[in-house]
Amino acid sequence: MDLELNSQDLAFQQEVRAFIDSAWPAQARGRKTTPTGGYAGKRPAEEQHWFDALVARKWSVPDWPLEHGGTDWTPTQKYIWDRETAAAGCPAMSAFGVRMLAPVLYTWASDEIREQHLPSIRDGSVQWCQGYSEPGSGSDLASLQTKAVLDGDHYIVNGTKTWTSGAHIADWMFCLVRTDFNTQRRQQGISFILIDMKSPGVEVHPIYLLGEQHTVNSVSLVDVRVPVENLVGEQDKGWTYAKGLLTHERTGIAGVARSQIALRQLRDLAAATEQNGGVLAEDRSFVEKIDAVEVELMALEITELRTLATVEKGGAPGPESSILKLKGTEISQRIAELKVEALGYYSMPYPDELSLDNEGPIGPEESLPALQAMLWGRASTIFGGSTEIQKNIVAKAVLGL
Amino acid sequence: MDFSFTDEQNLLQESVARFIQNDYDFETRQKNCSESAGFNAGNWSTFAELGWLGVPFSEEDGGFGGSAVDTMILMEQFGKGLVVEPFLPSVIMAGGALKAGGNAEQKEKLLGGIIDGSVQGAFAYAEPQSRYNLADVTTSAVAEGDSFKLNGHKAVVLNAQNADIIIVSARTSGAQRDEAGISVFVVDANALGVSRRDYPTVDGLRASEVVLENVSVPGSDLLGTLDEGFAVVEQVIDEAILAIGAEAVGAMEVLYKNTVEYCKTREQFGQPIGKFQVLQHRMVDMFMEHEQSKSILFMAAIRLDEGYGPVAQKAVSALKVQLGKSARFVGQSAVQLHGGMGMTEELNIGHYFKRLTSILTLFGNADFHLKRFGRL
Repeated sequence: MDLELNSQDLAFQQEVRAFIDSAWPAQARGRKTTPTGGYAGKRPAEEQHWFDALVARKWSVPDWPLEHGGTDWTPTQKYIWDRETAAAGCPAMSAFGVRMLAPVLYTWASDEIREQHLPSIRDGSVQWCQGYSEPGSGSDLASLQTKAVLDGDHYIVNGTKTWTSGAHIADWMFCLVRTDFNTQRRQQGISFILIDMKSPGVEVHPIYLLGEQHTVNSVSLVDVRVPVENLVGEQDKGWTYAKGLLTHERTGIAGVARSQIALRQLRDLAAATEQNGGVLAEDRSFVEKIDAVEVELMALEITELRTLATVEKGGAPGPESSILKLKGTEISQRIAELKVEALGYYSMPYPDELSLDNEGPIGPEESLPALQAMLWGRASTIFGGSTEIQKNIVAKAVLGL
Repeated sequence: MDFSFTDEQNLLQESVARFIQNDYDFETRQKNCSESAGFNAGNWSTFAELGWLGVPFSEEDGGFGGSAVDTMILMEQFGKGLVVEPFLPSVIMAGGALKAGGNAEQKEKLLGGIIDGSVQGAFAYAEPQSRYNLADVTTSAVAEGDSFKLNGHKAVVLNAQNADIIIVSARTSGAQRDEAGISVFVVDANALGVSRRDYPTVDGLRASEVVLENVSVPGSDLLGTLDEGFAVVEQVIDEAILAIGAEAVGAMEVLYKNTVEYCKTREQFGQPIGKFQVLQHRMVDMFMEHEQSKSILFMAAIRLDEGYGPVAQKAVSALKVQLGKSARFVGQSAVQLHGGMGMTEELNIGHYFKRLTSILTLFGNADFHLKRFGRL
């Protein structure tokens, strides 16, 4: 047993660091990046420079298979990439196209669909949003009611999608719709289709969440005509495709590197915050809360590496992988919460953008971002399978209950 | 980066697991506890024959390897069986002190006996007032010619009643809580002036209050350098924490798995109670705490094998902090989910809980180690 990277991986790590140094200038690091990242036309220049460099180096979609423009990196190399880019605060490609749709396309879609969509996802020129959740179908996704009826060579789609991140700037939406209402199991009769957001009948309404500017929406679909060639795979089999996606286990889901950075920022904040003539970092009871979360994070890092080591050897991730999201989100929420605690009274001001632009921050510069991150961070245990749903899954799949 | 075991390590794990499986069911364990020595002498011979008593020592010292990972593998299995044989106090602690502080002659004379099972040891480091501070030593050792005269009271000394040698930390200079000025001595357990009050501990082991009154110890039985014994004590305790950490991880695995099995069969309200979501989520939490503890145990073992120093010490303290949360939660939840049965002396669950509770205290609780973690 050891925790060392081998010489090949160390060399790869150097290569990645050199690339980051050239493509993501140091002055941009540490700056808050657009959380949903990588929307065309909305990026600051240094972010655009980064994405261009990624595409030029053919490193924009490292998780994809080589034949579709990905890489042949080993799981450890992918892990190193995730860690290094997170540690440098590099903006990430929007996950919807790259991580959520593309694996469905290169696994199940026709050649025509692949050729039409994969290149523009790879270079980030076309943005996608995910049409899964509905007002009545959150954790219980299979209850979805959005209806698609075949009419000649088109589906006529009617329904409402919600919590749709980035719908207001997306070009396309991948969508789960019900094509058969008379099935024995609710998971049957669901189809996976691709909808052009410019289609008549698609309407996007903003939903404002805690701590964020506008990112999520509800999308109403009224008599939207979708060409049948936009069906992915077979009709009524969409659930299988969407579910298959969930088995694309990613170690990055634990967010260890991001939490390590946040933890360092928290310690810096405590060291810079005055209290009783000294600083907060001298307050044992506060520091012990930081130390306690650091221990949890150390354990999670090793849990992640254990998963990685198994995958590296060609095995399926072991049961320990199921706790990566559960613990990772718990830890990042805890760190975010402690940052707000460190801010004291300056965790309260919530100035609008205009006031910030004209008069600058109120209190420490990091106060508003920390507060927003804490508020927004509450979503992490809700989306992507809530903590409670994750525990149901572990109870069933791992413990056999 | 590698979390796999070597072939030899796999063999060791299999052989200990087989022993627990075949020769150490819960009933047998309870019988072993009630022996007058507090353990089964036949098992001790078996351990010696199988080479297990030499696991923590290098080949140079007559052992079988000496890696922390080896010790971890063995102790995790012992944890699953709630083994009461005094491997921890005799081999890990007394043997560990000889390993860390002993000169060639002392190792020659005593370590061989520890490894072949003919010598039983104990490690007397704590005192009634010391709590977890290893430097808080009032037991005195005063040089008199070629020997030292020891006086003091050592608290909760595991396995003292069976020990041939008791390794004692004593103050040879400095103030009560100074790290400098502590020396470590090998004391003949039958020496004049050594008296004990023996008792069982809550987890079925044996310990003693050991009082030293004008005990004369030859200068040749000083272990390591005069006044510099603290380093020996600290290393022994850190290695012992890894051992009980592994034991705890083994015990936690048994607890969460047994609890899952129990909840699948126990029926209330017309269905297995494992169907109730509130219990399912609690069991998922137990599973997660076990896995997280296992991860940090691996880290601590790896760090110890990289070399003893602040990085290893910090990892060991992190392990103890993690256990403070995880072992407590898993132990308490296992009792809770077994309901009234979990409360009985008859069922094994409560005995695992008691052992875990002792482990939480042993060598410093989570509060103590959280502070140490912060300092390191």
